[in-house]
Amino acid sequence: MIPTPDLSHLTRHDLEQVYDPAEDTFLLLDALEQEAEALRKERPLICLEVGSGSGCVSAFLGKIFGQSSSLYLCTDINKHATRCTLATGKQNKILLDPITCSLAGPLSSRLCHAVDVLLFNPPYVPTDTDEASSAQSSADIAGSWAGGIDGMEITNRLLQDVECLLSPRGRFYLVALKQNDVPSIQSRMLEDFGLTSQVVIERRAGREFLLIIRFARTAHSGSGSTS
Amino acid sequence: MVRLITHNLLACHVKGCTTNNFPLVFQDVQVELQVAEFNPDFIRNMLSRLEWTALVNAAKQVGDTSLPPEQPDMMDDELLQKLHHVLMEIHVTDGAMVCQNCNHIYPISNGIPNMLLAEHEIG
Ligand SMILES: C[S@@+](CC[C@H](N)C(=O)[O-])C[C@H]1O[C@@H](n2cnc3c(N)ncnc32)[C@H](O)[C@@H]1O
Ligand SMILES: [Zn+2]
Repeated sequence: MIPTPDLSHLTRHDLEQVYDPAEDTFLLLDALEQEAEALRKERPLICLEVGSGSGCVSAFLGKIFGQSSSLYLCTDINKHATRCTLATGKQNKILLDPITCSLAGPLSSRLCHAVDVLLFNPPYVPTDTDEASSAQSSADIAGSWAGGIDGMEITNRLLQDVECLLSPRGRFYLVALKQNDVPSIQSRMLEDFGLTSQVVIERRAGREFLLIIRFARTAHSGSGSTS
Repeated sequence: MVRLITHNLLACHVKGCTTNNFPLVFQDVQVELQVAEFNPDFIRNMLSRLEWTALVNAAKQVGDTSLPPEQPDMMDDELLQKLHHVLMEIHVTDGAMVCQNCNHIYPISNGIPNMLLAEHEIG
């Protein structure tokens, strides 16, 4: 059992500004715990969590691999989230390196084919496009859930960069809702980028049916780029 | 915290800024040292993903001149220790990183770089 990170340092005020870890967060932790042995064998050097929020998931990843054996990069558009991510790292004795930016932003060119573990628990709630765009530009707590059409507008933008970011043996874990149309995400990633995928865990939580999808290159596609 | 390991992985991502957009140059920095556990394997493996000259120059900008200008072929323990210090223990807490090409300024405050772009700057 890997203990859930200590979040007792986050105040009520913090959690009004930053996503409070919920069922989706915990499902991602469970998926990572289930995959822990296989992931450790790959000796990941660079981990990147997009949309790290409280920092709970990256701190958990740090507990799986250990502080000194990987770099834990985290991004979020919400500056309160990157502040909390840094604090959650400290509280759990895992140094997290947060950057306030959208998606992989300033990291994407230097991290070409270099990310060993990529994580995204995106804003996945279906809303109209305007609501998602205004949440993105205000970069506040509404950006935690407002996902636009099919809840996929923000996720789709990251999906375009995933193949480019993943190292030859890298893995990408994505949180999704059943309404996000998981089979279509999977077939698109295979057709457009040659990434194979598998649902590693799924769970109903109240009205939401949540899944974690793991993407990786096929054994033979190597580090071939499609760009 | 902007450690030099992170700095070495950041490039300017303003729309259209695609050449000479790496490395960003530190400006008016405040630095804090924090001891970190030394893992020679990690440092050795990480080197293949880093840019040596950018690292040496960034180290100079924050006041550390311990690294040789050219990457040595042999990594002995002493050099790995130096690299560990430069990459993992020097934290830039405040200041800015500036793009050499388009002069965009990315501020750093309380250890976190703000690299959000305005709508018209996004590629
Ligand atoms: C559902 S929350 C997940 C937070 C945390 N990872 C967790 O699992 O508890 C989604 C997070 O993504 C962030 N986010 C939304 N749009 C983003 C974007 N374009 N780039 C980076 N982060 C984004 C939000 O600010 C929020 O922190
Ligand atoms: Zn630039």
